[in-house]
Amino acid sequence: MDQIFLVGVIVAKILVIVVGLLLSVAYLTFLERKVIGYIQCRIGPNRVGPMGLAQPFADVIKLILKEIIVPTKSNKFLFIVAPIISLATALAGWAVIPFGKAAVLANINAGVLYALSISSLGVYGVLIAGWASNSKYAMFGALRAAAQSISYEIAMGFALVGVMMAAGSLNFQTIIHAQSGGIWHWYFLPLFPLFMVYWISGIAETNRAPFDVAEGETEIVAGFHVEYSGTTFALFFLAEYANMILISALISILFMGGWLSPFEGIPGLESLFAWVPGVVWLLLKIAFFIFCYLWVRATFPRYRYDQIMRLGWKILIPVTLVWIVVIALAIHCNIGPWFA
Amino acid sequence: MTVLQLIFYAFSAVAIFSGLMVVGSSNPVRGALFLVLSFFCMAGLWILLQAEFLALILVLVYVGAVMTLFLFVVMMLSVNRVSVQEGFVRYLPVCALIVLMIVGLMIMVVGPERFGLTQIPMPAAFPADYSNMVSLGEVLYTDYVFPFEVAAVILLTAIIAAISLTHRQSKKHKSQNISKQIAVKAGDRLRIVKMPSEPKINPTGGQ
Repeated sequence: MDQIFLVGVIVAKILVIVVGLLLSVAYLTFLERKVIGYIQCRIGPNRVGPMGLAQPFADVIKLILKEIIVPTKSNKFLFIVAPIISLATALAGWAVIPFGKAAVLANINAGVLYALSISSLGVYGVLIAGWASNSKYAMFGALRAAAQSISYEIAMGFALVGVMMAAGSLNFQTIIHAQSGGIWHWYFLPLFPLFMVYWISGIAETNRAPFDVAEGETEIVAGFHVEYSGTTFALFFLAEYANMILISALISILFMGGWLSPFEGIPGLESLFAWVPGVVWLLLKIAFFIFCYLWVRATFPRYRYDQIMRLGWKILIPVTLVWIVVIALAIHCNIGPWFA
Repeated sequence: MTVLQLIFYAFSAVAIFSGLMVVGSSNPVRGALFLVLSFFCMAGLWILLQAEFLALILVLVYVGAVMTLFLFVVMMLSVNRVSVQEGFVRYLPVCALIVLMIVGLMIMVVGPERFGLTQIPMPAAFPADYSNMVSLGEVLYTDYVFPFEVAAVILLTAIIAAISLTHRQSKKHKSQNISKQIAVKAGDRLRIVKMPSEPKINPTGGQ
C-alpha cells in the first residue's frame, strides 16, 4: 500500500513537471514570435485572444487536426517512432532538475552525467527521422545534426568537467549548495570561459540559430523534418523547445546558482527578499537565458557548416582544456573566495 | 516476483532480442539501431546492479557518441542488401561451429558452476549516500593508477596516429586560412588604375 502511494506521488510530480513544461513550451513559441517581432520593428501575433495570448492554442489545434502524411517509400515504423524518441529524451532530462531545496523528482548522485547522457540521446530522433523519411533534404539535415552534436558534445562535457571539479560532485543539489554565499560565489565568475563555452555549445546542441544548419531553410528546406506534418511535426517542435528550456535550466543551475537568491550575502536586501521561494529565482534565471536564445536568433546570421566545425573543434575544445588546468591549479592553491 | 525482477527480465529480453536482430536484420541501418537498443538495455541492467556511473557512461559514450558516428557512416554507405545475405548457406557450417565454441566457452566460464549464486552472492544494497563514482575513483587513482595511466597514453597514441594518418596527403588538401581571410584588406585584392579618359567621340558621326 505504501509503495502504491509512493508511485502515485511520483506520477503526480511527473504530471506537474510535464504539464508545466508543455504550457511553457506553448508560450515560449508565442514569446519567440513576439520578441523577434519587436526586435524587427513588428508587433508579432496579436489577433487570437487578448493581445494574441490564445495564439499558441490556435497553433496546437491546427497542428493536431492536420493529416499525418507518411511518404510511400519511407520506413513507416521508424518514421513514426523518431518524433516520439525526440520528445521522450527532451522530457526525460527534467527528472533530475532541482526546482528548490527539496523540490526535485530524482536527487541522484550522478545527476550531471544523467543530464548529459540523456541530452546526447536526442540526436537519435533527428538521425532516425532523416533516414526514415527517404528524402535527400531530410538525410542532409540528419547528417549535419549528427556531426554537429558530436562535435559540440565534447566541448559541453569538458565545460561540465570544470563544474564537477569546482563543486567536487555530480549531484545537482551539491553543486548548487557549493555556490551559496552570494552572487560572487556563483560559478559563472571563476568558470567564465566554461560558462561561455557551455552556452554556445548548448545553443548548438539544440540546433538553434545561429547553429541551425540541420534545418537551414535557405539550403535544405526544413532539414530533417521536411517530410513531417501534423502531430508528428508538432512533437519535433515540442522537443526542440523543451530542450531549449532544459539547457537554460541546466546553465542556471550549473553556473548561476540554481534556486539560490541573487541577494544572498548583501545586508538589507537579503532579508528583504528572504520570503521569495527558490523556484522563483530559478524560473527568472531560466527566463533570462530563454530570452538570450531568442535575442541571439534575431541577431546573428547562420554559421556556414565549416565555420561551425572550426568553432567547435579548434576554439571551444582548446579553451575548455586550458581552463580545466587553470581550475585544477586554483583548487590546488585554494584560491578564494570560490575554492577556499 | 518482485518489481525489480520484472524490470530485469524486461530489459534482458529486449537486450537479447535486439542482439539477435543486430545480426539478423537485412538492413544495416536497422542493425545499427538494434545495437543502440541493446546498449541501452544493458545500461538499464547495470543500473539494477547499482553501477549507475558505468551505466550512464555506457549511454553517454557508446550510445551518444560511438553509435551516432557508426550510424552516420552506415547511412552514407549504400550497402547492397543482396550482398549482405549472399553466402549464408555456404558459410553456415563454419559459423555454427564457431558460435558453438564461443557458447561452450561462455558456459564454462560464467555458467552456474563458477558464477552461481553460491559463488557470487547478490550484492547487498548500498546505503543512499553511497557514491559509485567516489569508490571507483578511489580504486582507479590509487591501486590501479599505473595501468590506468598506461591505457590513457596508449589511447592518446592511437588518437595521434589516426589523425596523422588522415592528414597524410596534405599536399592535395585545400583548406582556408581563416585569420588570413579576416586580415585581408581591399588594397590586397583590388588595384585601382588611374588612366586618362578617352578623347571625346562626336556622337553624330561627323560630317
